[in-house]
Amino acid sequence: MACRTCLWLLGTTFFTCTVRLVVEGTEVGATQESHPEPGVVGSNHSQAGGGHGSSISGIQIVTFKWHHVEAPYLIALWILVAGVSKMVVELNHSLTSVIPESALLIIIGWILGGIIYGADKMQTFTLTPTVFFFYLLPQVILDAGYFMPNKLFFSNMGAILVYAVIGTCWNAATVGLGLWGCWLGGAMGDIDIGLLQFLLFGSLIAAVDPVAVIAVFEEVHVNEVLFIMVFGESLLNDGVTVVLFNVFDAFVSLGGAEIDAVEIIKGIISFFVVAFGGSLVGIIFALLISLLTRCTKNIQIIEPGFIFILGYLSYLTAEMLSLSAILSIVFCGICCQKYINANMDERSVTTVRYVMKVLANGSETIIFVFLGISAIDPAVWVWNTGFILLTLLFIFVFRFIGVFLLTWILNKYRLVPLEFIDQVVMSYGGLRGAVAYGLVAMLDENKFKEKNLMVSTTLIVVYFTVMLQGITMKPLVTWLKVKRAAVTELTLAEKIQNRTFDHMLVAIEDISGQIGHNYMRDKWHNFEERWLCWFLMKPSARKSRDYIFNIFHQLNLKDAMSYVKEGERRGSLAFVRNETKADVDFNKKFRASFSEIMPDIMADNMGPDHVPLSSILQDIVPSVCLDMHEQDLTMRESEDFNAHHLLQQHLYRGRKQHRHRYSRSHLETNRDENEVQEIFQRTMRSRLESFKSAKMGVAPAKKIQTKHQKKDKPQKMPNGNSSDKSKNHPYGDKDFEFSEGDGGSGGEAAGDLFPMRAYRVEAGIVNPAFMAEMDPMDNMQQIPHVALLPQTLNSFDT
Amino acid sequence: MIWCAAVLPNTNTNSMNRWFSCFLFNIVTPAHIVRLYDRFEALDKEKTGHLRPQDFGAINRLAMNPIGDRIIGAFFSPGQETVDFHSFVRILAHFRPADKKRPKDPSMPEPVNSRTSKLKFAFQLYDQDKDGKISRAELLQVLRSMLEMQVTEEQLESIADRTIQEADLDKDDAISFEEFRKSLEKVNIDHKMSIRFLR
Repeated sequence: MACRTCLWLLGTTFFTCTVRLVVEGTEVGATQESHPEPGVVGSNHSQAGGGHGSSISGIQIVTFKWHHVEAPYLIALWILVAGVSKMVVELNHSLTSVIPESALLIIIGWILGGIIYGADKMQTFTLTPTVFFFYLLPQVILDAGYFMPNKLFFSNMGAILVYAVIGTCWNAATVGLGLWGCWLGGAMGDIDIGLLQFLLFGSLIAAVDPVAVIAVFEEVHVNEVLFIMVFGESLLNDGVTVVLFNVFDAFVSLGGAEIDAVEIIKGIISFFVVAFGGSLVGIIFALLISLLTRCTKNIQIIEPGFIFILGYLSYLTAEMLSLSAILSIVFCGICCQKYINANMDERSVTTVRYVMKVLANGSETIIFVFLGISAIDPAVWVWNTGFILLTLLFIFVFRFIGVFLLTWILNKYRLVPLEFIDQVVMSYGGLRGAVAYGLVAMLDENKFKEKNLMVSTTLIVVYFTVMLQGITMKPLVTWLKVKRAAVTELTLAEKIQNRTFDHMLVAIEDISGQIGHNYMRDKWHNFEERWLCWFLMKPSARKSRDYIFNIFHQLNLKDAMSYVKEGERRGSLAFVRNETKADVDFNKKFRASFSEIMPDIMADNMGPDHVPLSSILQDIVPSVCLDMHEQDLTMRESEDFNAHHLLQQHLYRGRKQHRHRYSRSHLETNRDENEVQEIFQRTMRSRLESFKSAKMGVAPAKKIQTKHQKKDKPQKMPNGNSSDKSKNHPYGDKDFEFSEGDGGSGGEAAGDLFPMRAYRVEAGIVNPAFMAEMDPMDNMQQIPHVALLPQTLNSFDT
Repeated sequence: MIWCAAVLPNTNTNSMNRWFSCFLFNIVTPAHIVRLYDRFEALDKEKTGHLRPQDFGAINRLAMNPIGDRIIGAFFSPGQETVDFHSFVRILAHFRPADKKRPKDPSMPEPVNSRTSKLKFAFQLYDQDKDGKISRAELLQVLRSMLEMQVTEEQLESIADRTIQEADLDKDDAISFEEFRKSLEKVNIDHKMSIRFLR
């Protein structure tokens, strides 16, 4: 299987080369093969072997018009090759869990580059700066901005800025000066280079690369704060990189003599202009996008297109004004996500998300493959041991020093200090990537005599960081944590308790409000509520946001639909759902009536999609294990085994485990939402029951008349199950949604809703959540009333 | 101490003495106290100086926690309807990492963040009727809330049975605190029951 796909891959590249060879072969003598204008009736041109002077001998039925399609054909073919490479890489999951995908793609790039070089004797396809900066990078960064967990990002903004600005400057200065010093000392032999060129090289090699960071950290699930630090830094340091690059480039052109204080001051000012200007451009475009989506109700089919076009325009506009293009597109994505998700139709939102991922993933693949291919080009290779090794050493060492220094300073001001281990991972995660390569390829050979040396060094640095550091990142992260768990299998008690601890910690964190209230953030929220949402969001979107009614609408709809479906299928209401396990269903609680319906189900001759009840129960435990083991183990042991498996499969995961899914290739995990929904429903139901029992002083009754009166009052609920629109943030942008909603609604019935008894054992043991005796009719009526615990449950916090 | 008294106007000297005992063991620093007080005030919407269950209920993320209600209940001492700031801090202080270097002094009361105290806190989450044992019914409740709804009642009961079997050494069909502690001796409680920021 692997062999076959490898053969396909090789076949594709051979095809590319042979096509070119064939084309060149047929052109022997036809040196002036003209480019047929598309409009002209060109089909009469004879291309086969004919010279340009030959007259038309007759009508050609079929002609081979390579040049007609050359450019787009090659582009399409390369995209295909990149896609197939990715497929090959992903064949073996155990391989990708050890070596990150980016490294494997580079290796494939090497292979392909070797093939092409062998066929062509020169490297016809390389990663040119234009293609990279204009066609491959923007979508990656737009994806990063659009899916950025805003809350996390902005709350750590100070630290991120410190690392991005000061850290990058530090890296650039130290690497440049260090190399210069070593050159003066003679470690590099005789190369035609100067201080300014060293500084320029330092500035372009210093920047942490967002593409590489995502690619490597995707496999390694570090904690959110750490991730956002490295990732945010990699995005924001573009402001600094651009400025430093341009400034030093100008200095090199000016020559060393012209540099005086004025120029240096101008350089510093240009940093602020570039950085803030770029962000401003991004924000303006974000406003444009939001406003535009407000009005696109009638053209919903092309709504998604606007996002991409305007995002790209923001990139190009900033580039045009010589501002930081990456910052522009990042802020465009960051600022517009909330509003466009609210304004656009649900299907458009889904389209945007998926297309964004496709484009970003595709670009990344192409970037890494071409990074590999570009290396196989002897024309650019200049080897200088001293230069290369010293560069590697310096970027590594100075990164560590820089991070530790800055963290030490930051920790004095941070509420949650960054730990030592986090700092190590942060330093180690400073990966360089394609941006550095793009910048170095843009250098002018005439000004920079040693350009090839720099290119080679950059490539080696990129390979070193992406491959070596990428491969070792995961083991490092695991190793630095707590030592390995006990060798023996955990007992049931331990498993349960572990999970309890997880939930407990999450709850305590919520109660203690880990990231406490912040005056600025409150002010921003108020401002946003009053002005921005009014301006940028459609009225209907605003309304459905305020009342989190649409959640209940969805819940109600879902239950109603499943209810009707079952009713149609079975003709009676006492039944069991036997479709996919992922479906959360109130109907599950009718399990108590299994014994009655079992005969029915067994007896009936049902359609092909029905499964006998016994296998439903067994379905929950992986059937493979049961089959294998039941012969061996005694009944007792198999029970034990079942119990372990049940726990494994069905324990709710703590929220912390839900969240670590910032990833290039995964959008969301469906399971989380069902779990959250389930837990939420249960909690609400149990609170409701305790309210009932407190109010009526009796055991939960079947009829819930008291609830009907409350139906009319405005229903506000915390956003327990995030609506589709806000699903895309594993890192807790749900919280962002939570903090909206009226802060000031009165405490109607607030006092009664949480009698102390709710938290005592009486309500607990009865456990109304599983009241099998409630008949199905109550099912439908109860749902809207779960919305009843209204005013006290204002979404307000962190 | 005086500084804290100035910052936290709702206190009286009695609770100050108790804080003194907290400080004595270096569990919660003044910075933490200030932070937690901000949080307390934010939760206490009606500015009564006490928290009631509905104030906790307003933290909507707790509704998505299977044992959220139990945790809320743990803040309230038996018979009490409100939580004052001291108890609030005291419960949260359970989640500070234990001070491993502290000498074991039997005459002093066990600090709130020691391993034993943490285990006691966890035990009380199960043992709602406070009889010192986790009965089968109590365990069943917890399991029910922590397992997905696809698990049948029979399966739940079998899990509960097996769990009690594993942990119950004196065969009284319930898990006492000692048995609970013993079953978790291999678990790194400090790691599992500490929140980072309270360091």
